[in-house]
Amino acid sequence: MEQVPLSHILILSSALFFLGIYGFFSRRNMITMLMSIELILNSANINFIAFNKYLFPHQLEGVFFTMFIIVVAAAEVSLSIAIIINLYRRFNTIDIEDTTTMKY
Amino acid sequence: MNASTVIFYVLGSLVLVFGAMTVFSRRIFRAAVYLLFSLISVAGIYLLWGMDFIAALQIIIYVGGIVVLIIFSIFLTQRSGEKLPPPIQKRLVWSGILAVSGLGLTSWIVYNYLFSASTLPIVEPTVHNIGEQMLSYSKYGYVFPFEVINILLLAALVGSIVIAMKKKETKTTDETTHITK
Repeated sequence: MEQVPLSHILILSSALFFLGIYGFFSRRNMITMLMSIELILNSANINFIAFNKYLFPHQLEGVFFTMFIIVVAAAEVSLSIAIIINLYRRFNTIDIEDTTTMKY
Repeated sequence: MNASTVIFYVLGSLVLVFGAMTVFSRRIFRAAVYLLFSLISVAGIYLLWGMDFIAALQIIIYVGGIVVLIIFSIFLTQRSGEKLPPPIQKRLVWSGILAVSGLGLTSWIVYNYLFSASTLPIVEPTVHNIGEQMLSYSKYGYVFPFEVINILLLAALVGSIVIAMKKKETKTTDETTHITK
């Protein structure tokens, strides 16, 4: 059976990764930065699954790493949304240009 | 070119288009919905590769948990329907340069690298195999990282509750500022 070449999948995931990087550096709102982090983690997941399927099909390591990344992403999102809500309560904004109290 | 490759390219372009709309959209609620579609397309790619369990996890945790949490926090902190303030031009240019050059570098490396696949017998990624290796404490078992991730999840849960909890002293300061006004 003819398959999609691995390089196309890797280019897809790196394009998704750099979309996330672009959003993370250019956005001002913290929630949109969080969404960009989700895109970055998803691109890493695609990479792990692709390597597991194409190069090492005799193991399941990529599946395990993907599951751990998903769990860490869930923990990270819950914590950062708690921090964002706390910031909003204190400063009434979640724009990174306005919350500079701890800047040097 | 058979049907599965066509489906892969369609799903991949959907992932990229919705990801780009997530990043470029000026309305935050629409950005969250585009992120949802992007994550669903990634789950479709996993389904296409036969990774049913990971696709189910992706839909349950990402689409059902994380995006819903993000939409909740948008409702709590943002006035819906308003556009976000425009981004800073200088930062936009620099992040664009960074992203494009990084993408060029990684694509060049990926195109010039010869991957060699292993020829050992295939282990099917069924739920049975995954669960057996996940909870085995012999060699190549994953029971220790499993327990560590349990502790991490518990710590994140407790920590987020403690951080987001309304404290009494902030309430009193709010009242005093209200009185002084």
